[in-house]
Amino acid sequence: MKNRLKVLRAERDMTQAQLADALEVSRQTMNAIEKGKFDPSLPLAFKISRFFKLAIEDIFHDEE
Amino acid sequence: MSIKLNKMENQVSTWTNRTRKNTVQLASWTGAWVVTMAIAAFSPKFIGADSTLLFTLTILVNLVAGIGMIIANIKYIRALDEMQKKIQLEAMGIALGVGIVGGLSYSLLDTTNLIAGDAEISGLVILISLSYLTAIMVGHFRYQ
Repeated sequence: MKNRLKVLRAERDMTQAQLADALEVSRQTMNAIEKGKFDPSLPLAFKISRFFKLAIEDIFHDEE
Repeated sequence: MSIKLNKMENQVSTWTNRTRKNTVQLASWTGAWVVTMAIAAFSPKFIGADSTLLFTLTILVNLVAGIGMIIANIKYIRALDEMQKKIQLEAMGIALGVGIVGGLSYSLLDTTNLIAGDAEISGLVILISLSYLTAIMVGHFRYQ
């Protein structure tokens, strides 16, 4: 699953560690999600969407 | 924006501190369990064979430390994030599988006299520990 997390984070001038802490996950997990190596659960995806004030589909999109 | 950043900083300290505290607690309980295990295992050799009460006491203290370690481990795993939990789950599954298969094969080698000595429980503990640690490292490497 691809995502726009890196762009959204850069727009807000945030580091990966800051975003990870705000979402209560480790920096390694944030990095894996950003790279598309780990797909977040639905609750975490909602948490991310609430944080950026965007709909989930505006952040994550299926590769198929 | 500043309110959001302040809130974020509070969350940083809360989550990071909680994780750090759980890790320190788990390490402390594990250390206590290892030390009390060593005391319980080696005290008969150094104190003598007629101190039944003392040996029972050292075993009980070790048991209590072991229970503390299990509780600390549960608390530690519950506080992990979802990817860390997935890595832990896979590692524990691999360690359990390797432990059962490897342990029973090791036992068969003993009962069929294919190995010179007796099958020792410590061999099984080492096998489970090494497979768990390897699986944890592979899991972290995979999501890097």
